[in-house]
Amino acid sequence: MEEYVLIMRHEDGGKKASPEQMQKWMKQTMDWIGGISAQNRFVTGTGLVFDDARVVKHNNVVTNGPFGEIKETIGGYIIVKADSVDEAVEFAKGCPVLQGEGNTMEVRRIAKGDGIH
Amino acid sequence: MKEEELIPHLFRTEFRKITTVLCRHFGIEHIEMAEDIASETFLSAMESWAYKGLPENPVAWLYTTAKNKAKNHARRIRLFDEKISPSFHDTTDISTGAEIDLSEKNISDSQLQMMFAICHPAIPEEAQISLSLRILCGFGVEEIANAFLTSKETVNKRLFRAKEKLRVEKVPIEFPAPDEIDKRMSTVLTSLYLLYNEGYYSESRDLIVREDLCREAMRLVYLLIENEKTNRAEVNALYALMCFHASRFAARKNESGEMILYKDQDESLWDRELIAKGSWHLHQASQGEKLSKYHLEAGIAYWHTIKEDTPEKWESILQLFNQLLRIEYSPIIALNRTYALSKANGKREAIVEAEKLKLMDNPFYFALLGEIYTDVDNTKAKMNFELAFQLAKTKSDRKIIQKKLNELG
Repeated sequence: MEEYVLIMRHEDGGKKASPEQMQKWMKQTMDWIGGISAQNRFVTGTGLVFDDARVVKHNNVVTNGPFGEIKETIGGYIIVKADSVDEAVEFAKGCPVLQGEGNTMEVRRIAKGDGIH
Repeated sequence: MKEEELIPHLFRTEFRKITTVLCRHFGIEHIEMAEDIASETFLSAMESWAYKGLPENPVAWLYTTAKNKAKNHARRIRLFDEKISPSFHDTTDISTGAEIDLSEKNISDSQLQMMFAICHPAIPEEAQISLSLRILCGFGVEEIANAFLTSKETVNKRLFRAKEKLRVEKVPIEFPAPDEIDKRMSTVLTSLYLLYNEGYYSESRDLIVREDLCREAMRLVYLLIENEKTNRAEVNALYALMCFHASRFAARKNESGEMILYKDQDESLWDRELIAKGSWHLHQASQGEKLSKYHLEAGIAYWHTIKEDTPEKWESILQLFNQLLRIEYSPIIALNRTYALSKANGKREAIVEAEKLKLMDNPFYFALLGEIYTDVDNTKAKMNFELAFQLAKTKSDRKIIQKKLNELG
């Protein structure tokens, strides 16, 4: 079994949602992760806070970001165990982030750190 | 209590006290001698009480007998040391000057310190738990084997090696340093949690025995709470969890000893005092910074003390299960989480999630599927209950499933 990271990409991280909407998304996200955990496939994960974000560029230029010229931004990630990338994709499909048009999930296999992969 | 129940009862409550006090008195290297003296004490009780009748104060009788036997043992060993063993290098240093102290205070102190001695890092965790069950709780080898789903032989080997290790490492029976307490606490709590579960869920024993085991576990956890060095948030959380479950003891069985399911229980039989006690300790637990699995389980158990089904109740239970699964996966938690999902988000969503679990050798998996398919697709509900029935391991489980099948017609 391999480990895959499922990265939640938001088209526009600057959008403000109502507290009720936030609460709804939070529940859906927790239920989604709960479902993966119930199959014993959850490894770890976290949300990433949009406020107070910075982007560090070439020559150590720091900007308030991640918004601005970078259009897409990462809202969080989880790491899962899966038999194949297709199975990892099935887990990713359940993520409530995908309810937002333009948002995407990126699925990447975790490097093993053995110098080969 | 009936006379024939008295000795087994006393064995469960007093064997470990005598063993622990003697072990602390003579040192951990004499752990087997301490066990032997405690066993001999009960043997004498069985012989003497059958013949002479019950003494006025059976516990005091046991303590006096144990003290006398210990003195005799010590004398024999001393004699051995003086007359014979000088020719050996390793002389058994046994202190016998002080009186063996079987006061309540010394029993508590000894047990508390023994808990931490047993949970020494040199001993593998499984062996720690086996030894805790043996020494602190007076479990028989067979009972330990049941709790671990393993053979008596394996348990015996584990116990032997663990005792050997304690002897070789010369583990002192004392309070470890504060950072050491942190390290050993999780094993201590796991042992007590297992002990409680053995009492609460095991099929093999009668109700009185099982309630005794639960009470013992609760008493040991309470020892940790009473001592300021060990009064941690997760200890309070575990105690709260035990209180909430124990509050339903009287309501769980009918007169013929059959299991009554939670939703069919008469809630007027729930012990309100224990629920209040549990709530108080859960509140204490929430003051800490650490969120342990016991916090989450206690939270779930708390919501179950409120009989009325509300959306808030099941939503809270579902989120607690979601969190719990992230800390620790087990098939049973996964199944309970999916049941909560059906209550909070509806059966259709739960069916989709349940079908993904694929716990094909687990009777409770098919029982859950049967439950959530009921009224959605009764043919499938029936099929799943039938599979559950075939896989069920106990009579009472089969009985409950049969009832469900009958209801489906």
